[in-house]
Amino acid sequence: MSCLLDNLVQFARLLRSAGLAVPGGGTIDAARAAQLVGMRRRDDLRFALRSVLVRRPEDLEVFDQAFRKFFGAPSGTATKLDLRPLGAERRFGDPSVEMESLRSDGGGSESRGERTPETVRIATYSDREVLREKDFKALTGEETEQAVRLLRDLKWRPAPRKTKRWTPGNGVAPDPRKLLANIARRPLVPDLPPTRQRKFAPRRLILLCDISGSMERYTRMLLWFACCLSGTLARVEVFLFATRLTRITHKVSGRRAANPMREIAEIVPDWSGGTRIGAAIRTFNVDWARRVLGHGAVLMIVSDGWDRGDPKVLEQEVSRLQRSCHRLMWLSPLLGDPRYRPLTRGLQAALPYVDDFLPVHNLASIERLAERLNTLAAPVADRNRRTARGRRGFC
Amino acid sequence: MDDPGLGLGSIDQLQAKLAEQGYICDRALGTSAYLSLRLQRPLLLEGEAGVGKTAVGTALASALGRELIRLQCYEGLDIGHAVYEWDYRRQVLEIQLMGSRERADRQKAAGLLFRREFLLERPLLRAIEHPGPPPVLLIDELDRADVEFEGYLLELLSEFQVTIPELGTIRASDPPIVVITSNRTRELHDALKRRCLYCWIDYPDFEKELSIVEAKVPEARGALGEEATAFVQELRQAELYKTAGVSETLDWVAALVALDEGRLAPERIDETLGILLKNQDDIRAVRGDPVRAMLDRARHRGVRSSHAGKRPVWP
Repeated sequence: MSCLLDNLVQFARLLRSAGLAVPGGGTIDAARAAQLVGMRRRDDLRFALRSVLVRRPEDLEVFDQAFRKFFGAPSGTATKLDLRPLGAERRFGDPSVEMESLRSDGGGSESRGERTPETVRIATYSDREVLREKDFKALTGEETEQAVRLLRDLKWRPAPRKTKRWTPGNGVAPDPRKLLANIARRPLVPDLPPTRQRKFAPRRLILLCDISGSMERYTRMLLWFACCLSGTLARVEVFLFATRLTRITHKVSGRRAANPMREIAEIVPDWSGGTRIGAAIRTFNVDWARRVLGHGAVLMIVSDGWDRGDPKVLEQEVSRLQRSCHRLMWLSPLLGDPRYRPLTRGLQAALPYVDDFLPVHNLASIERLAERLNTLAAPVADRNRRTARGRRGFC
Repeated sequence: MDDPGLGLGSIDQLQAKLAEQGYICDRALGTSAYLSLRLQRPLLLEGEAGVGKTAVGTALASALGRELIRLQCYEGLDIGHAVYEWDYRRQVLEIQLMGSRERADRQKAAGLLFRREFLLERPLLRAIEHPGPPPVLLIDELDRADVEFEGYLLELLSEFQVTIPELGTIRASDPPIVVITSNRTRELHDALKRRCLYCWIDYPDFEKELSIVEAKVPEARGALGEEATAFVQELRQAELYKTAGVSETLDWVAALVALDEGRLAPERIDETLGILLKNQDDIRAVRGDPVRAMLDRARHRGVRSSHAGKRPVWP
């Protein structure tokens, strides 16, 4: 038994190093489970340990591989195996690239960090005004850094959604439980009946960002926009697409991302490629929509609308997208130019289903976007209107 | 480790008992369920819709001869609907019946208003208070409930007790057998997962699905069951918004039986596609030629598997 426990401790350690979140006390459970199912069938042991140690379907594959490696070879040799690449493979693709990028990234940002502080100037009011109105594609390197700093300071307070939960307070609905409790406490004192109201919760924001060749001059700034957004708000999902869809939420969420650009560049396979917006949105609809939409999510597609794919596919997918989210916004950097007209076939197909068609070409436009999000009303009645192909925002 | 009155000595026994109830489960699920019974830990089942997660709860209850108490989760589910609620109408009636002397005595008034008989039991409290052998508590589609409810459940699942401020704490003498299902429309909290044994139920392979069809729709004559199963297996390979689950397969085969089909014909599939796929875009994408191609491949597979003579043997 103690030999088994030893092995299980080792095994749990290996799983952790492979990136699995092995629950605390998992080893003890594993030992009890192993004792219960016995050692006669290897698969029984595997299934038993799996139901105790694994909590996510994505981890099943890694677990099985680790199990084969650990319990397959004679003990003694098995434990020396380095299983970390298994976890890295699962999460980030090619593990060796990942390691390399971490190393070079650390060195690079350090040396840059030493150089930059001297050159930083505090932006004066007029500097900032100029910067606010300047198109992203015309920003110099220094201006970009300044702009990112301003972006970081931007206050995002998207309007929350009303949930179905009740909370005591100034509501319209009577609170029978509290009423009865009050009566029991003070039976002779007449009282205003206590009320309750619906609780509010933050909305989820989902960003689908086009990184194809035609967007190249904006991509960098827009990625910073995505990073700042998910850095300040809790429920933000970020996806990138050109020909394929890649989820980068885990790279940009929280404040830990010091230089997210490099990390993102490593995992995105189709950087600056051609665009197939319809196919990318289809992937989103099939694989992700049911998991990240719902609960009043606001979806933003950031793209110039240059599409090499079939406009019919795009139309079908965008219409589906609109039906499954609270609000569908299309943000285009080209809208900054007053002479611009959305005449590409792709945009023509998609726009009837878009709720808001807004520019993102400079800081001022992003501020306006933030304002728009902050004042999102709950357009319950609007939902019906939207199916009648009404669209707002673009005149 | 003693057997808490379940009469289960091994995983095989449990699988056989479930099979008697018409629930075919593979070794992985059998192991998880067995362990959850023996270790008295909740069983958390995740998987796509229609793979038979809920059915585990019902089958387990009837296999063990226990009562099934089911809590269907939804957004906004709160204690009042999941655990207990006071019967306000009777309480108000009671107030009107009270004499002024009783009303003046606060202690007495509270005692009269918050009596046990005015308490409406909801599924969770019912599972905890259940007399006799512990029931099977099925908490269905927990991912639909909000995070706040999950937090409450956490406490309940670790202590198996409910505290009602006006009455005190009610504890389960024997903890119920808990089965939790989730469609994974959102990730459940880690703390909750930690307390459970986890099992991911995948779409079944051909052999397993065929034995499920044979167990559930024994009327399917001749090659029909086999062909239909092989067709659904092919259908799952297609890229669709929502693919067909096992429950859809069963409905479909039952429908084909009702239509008195001996063999699958492409036209018949087109007509009954709405039983398998519940999305107009998907139906439009598959109807016609793709159905014919899939049927060809399915027949091929059926021939292959019968040549190999590989029929599953379920205990």
